[in-house]
Amino acid sequence: MADSPATVTLTIDGQEVTVPKGTTLLQAAKQVGQEIPHYCYHPGLSSPAMCRLCLVEVEGAPKPVPSCVTQAMNGQVVKTQSPLAREMREGVLEFYLVNHPLDCPICDMSGECNLQNYVHREGRDHGRSVEPKRVFGRDDFGGDVLFYGDRCVMCTRCVRFMNEMEQDSRLTVVERGNRSVIDTFYDHGLEGTHWHGNIVDLCPVGALVSKDFLYKARAWDLAHTPSICPSCSQGCNIELHTRDNLVQRVKPRENLEVNGWWICDHGRLDYEWINHGQRLEAPLVRDGGATRATEWKDALVTLLDRAGAAVGKGVKAVASPFASNEDLAAFAALVKELGGGPIVYRSARSDVEIPLKGYPGLARRKDLSPNAVGAELLEMTRVGGDDGTGGLDDVAKHEGILLVLGDFLHDQPSDFGGKAALYAYFGTRGGAATEAAHLVLPVTTFAEQEGTFTNFQGRVQRFWPALTGPGAARPAWLVIGALVAQLTSTDVIRSAADAFARMGQQVPAFAGLTYDDLGTRGAVVSETVPLTGD
Amino acid sequence: MAYPYVSDREVRLLSKSFGDPKGRRLETYVERGGYGALKKAFEMGPDAVIDEVKASGLRGRGGAGFPAGVKWSFMPKEPTRPHYLLCNADESEPGTFKDRELMRWDPHQLIEGVLIAAYAIRAKQAYIYCRGEFFETTQILAKALEDAYAGGYVGKDILGSGVDIDVTIHLGAGAYICGEETALMNSLEGRRGQPRVKPPFPAAVGAFGMPTTINNVETLSAVPHIVSNGGAWYRQWGTERSTGTKLFCVSGHVNKPGNYELPLGFPLMDLIEDVCGGMTNGKALKAVIPGGSSVPILTAAECKGVNLDYESVQAAGSMLGCAAVIVMDEDTHIVKQVRRIVDFYAHESCGQCTPCREGTAWLAKILRRIEDGKGAEEDLDTLLSVSRHMTGTTICVLSDSAAAPVVSSIQKFKDEYLALIRRGERAGVA
Repeated sequence: MADSPATVTLTIDGQEVTVPKGTTLLQAAKQVGQEIPHYCYHPGLSSPAMCRLCLVEVEGAPKPVPSCVTQAMNGQVVKTQSPLAREMREGVLEFYLVNHPLDCPICDMSGECNLQNYVHREGRDHGRSVEPKRVFGRDDFGGDVLFYGDRCVMCTRCVRFMNEMEQDSRLTVVERGNRSVIDTFYDHGLEGTHWHGNIVDLCPVGALVSKDFLYKARAWDLAHTPSICPSCSQGCNIELHTRDNLVQRVKPRENLEVNGWWICDHGRLDYEWINHGQRLEAPLVRDGGATRATEWKDALVTLLDRAGAAVGKGVKAVASPFASNEDLAAFAALVKELGGGPIVYRSARSDVEIPLKGYPGLARRKDLSPNAVGAELLEMTRVGGDDGTGGLDDVAKHEGILLVLGDFLHDQPSDFGGKAALYAYFGTRGGAATEAAHLVLPVTTFAEQEGTFTNFQGRVQRFWPALTGPGAARPAWLVIGALVAQLTSTDVIRSAADAFARMGQQVPAFAGLTYDDLGTRGAVVSETVPLTGD
Repeated sequence: MAYPYVSDREVRLLSKSFGDPKGRRLETYVERGGYGALKKAFEMGPDAVIDEVKASGLRGRGGAGFPAGVKWSFMPKEPTRPHYLLCNADESEPGTFKDRELMRWDPHQLIEGVLIAAYAIRAKQAYIYCRGEFFETTQILAKALEDAYAGGYVGKDILGSGVDIDVTIHLGAGAYICGEETALMNSLEGRRGQPRVKPPFPAAVGAFGMPTTINNVETLSAVPHIVSNGGAWYRQWGTERSTGTKLFCVSGHVNKPGNYELPLGFPLMDLIEDVCGGMTNGKALKAVIPGGSSVPILTAAECKGVNLDYESVQAAGSMLGCAAVIVMDEDTHIVKQVRRIVDFYAHESCGQCTPCREGTAWLAKILRRIEDGKGAEEDLDTLLSVSRHMTGTTICVLSDSAAAPVVSSIQKFKDEYLALIRRGERAGVA
């Protein structure tokens, strides 16, 4: 192995490790389980090697070397835990605390701060500086970002992100020495840029904080759930940070094939709808003019009874590209079992794509729904305009079976579905257009259930339940799957994984894929499908 | 006696025109044989020039003392990309004032050196990066360069040789750190003046990402003499490993401070007592900083027997650096001097590396406190420990430079620190 020109073998902390040529010591050390502390280094940005925290001892080198830019070489003997390496790190950490305020109790970063973590791990018990600290105060950088200059550790990740990724140099370092401070150019802040929220994630300390999240929750009170951003068809991997069954903020989750380490500001800040309080909480059945809340079993039996009476009059269905693949597949199966008919969906599209220039392949896509490709794979047809309205005129007047999944029908009148023999609405919120529905059935949002979305490239990615759905709301794949099971005399599907597997039998593109195959990073379906109208 | 002070022990090769207002004119320079070396270099060819400079043993005069010919030989022999020669005229080290004088009195000597070096490393473009405060100097240099262009010594087809070399003067904006070679390149490119991580070294990736050689003004000014007279001739001065002459910038408590061009290996005490006319007011010598503010201090006792060449000064525990000799008499407050030096470095730190950004300012604050009589004995331990954490941990050596005088002064003049601390304690300040 050591002879292969493509790899080098070195010793790190007494363990021999073989890595590809060009690997840095910092990356190589990860393979022996050593996380070398660092601030300025970020895998997605250039490495200025200026924080000097990742210094390690290399036998034969005259002085400690920065592991973030030093490439591993054959036969190198690297010590990350030697007395010298530890002392240098301790020294650098002490330098940070000469001016960094100890305002952790009121700092948003507290609990997830790398200065706290590193100092706790290997800093001195007490700093020796008794001198007055320099003070910069707080600055509004525009957009969602507040800057607390005193806390800054001058890693310049934010400056480099704006220069290298957003490629819009809105930030810079002004002054020099310990008077150095990050600043905007006069009154030109971060307004109008679309990816600046990432600098808050990049900031290793609490110097850059989100206005949206400011003082909302402590880091240690938040539960982190891996998920997929529903704000466009890019399918950025995210984490939902929740507390009290509410989403408190959205953070990016690393996936080099989709979004790297980044998400756009629209996706980051557009989460309040998930927390919407006006939700359908119990199945509603309309008897004559009045509706009554009932149990699921009663509702489903009622649905099947009425469907039996209406069979033969044709089925028309409206789905939503915000529903998971599993939900859509179950819905398509239900439509088929009730006699079959066209399924349409509506999705909003933006005029412009907003790329992150420094990360090819990542953009806020024109298609603003997370699962339009999934809907297309299930042979649903996009209707309506680019604002996500219209296109349902013939559906609204349909006289047979009318099924709706997820679409809010905001633009539809209250006589929507009024002529239908059976009008069943599966959704999260009621409205004018559900007044005529015979059955209004509460389902959960993507944040409350397990499932998958298929992004614009055909990449199927999993999300996990971060919240508990309200009342009797259940995942659509579960309740619709129960109906299908009844109609086809098969077993009821009991898990999202089974629903996904069942979909594979139904749709060739998904054939053979399982949740285990998808993992946390997703997999690409076996065929590509262009969106309607593209 | 002319030019503020001269000594008969000097060997005035580079400084022969100092004090002569005519020396800076093109016609005078040519009359005295100027640009002859350039013609000779074109006849020799680039590799022979490099070999000659190697043979001379000329070492970089900017402070590090790296052999100039060896540095040039790192450049690719078959250029596939543009090469650049940079002349570092950002003379900013406290205590040094030789490059300014070389440019003021003999600008053509520098321009000729720049041209020869550019030719040797196969560069078609050279930049002279001048310190931001050198207004007068830059004007003189710019006039000389204009004349040299008009005379056909610079530009296209120099002296009919077919060689094209352009020289551009670039004025810095007043940052000490831009005298560091890679910070200078950043500054030249229009970026923030911050040193770059090495490797890659300038000979591979330098200015504008191209192979680059950077030399000090004094180094390049010596080149025409070496090319004209040969490397062996140059070796008649100096020691085996520190060859030739060197400009010594003497400042402080001596009767005749100034620039003196002396053979390397010249005895330090002779420089102070003979060349510089002894200590002012007959005071006793206390300490000498032999190579600019960034090198360790030598006590009077340590100065005895030290010769001013790279090896001897290093053996004495300091560095020759750029040979800025700062002489301090018995009345000098060492703590105050060190504090002023550290203040300078705290002000000039570019701020990218943490140990330097925070450490220089921290050292300055502690020293100020001690000076004000508010220090404690454990502050000395803190100073030493902070200095240790600042040494060898940063991209460039500014941080090491700030730490060196602190460490050496505490080692050698601890009593002065303790006296200030005790006086404060007695007065009840601390």
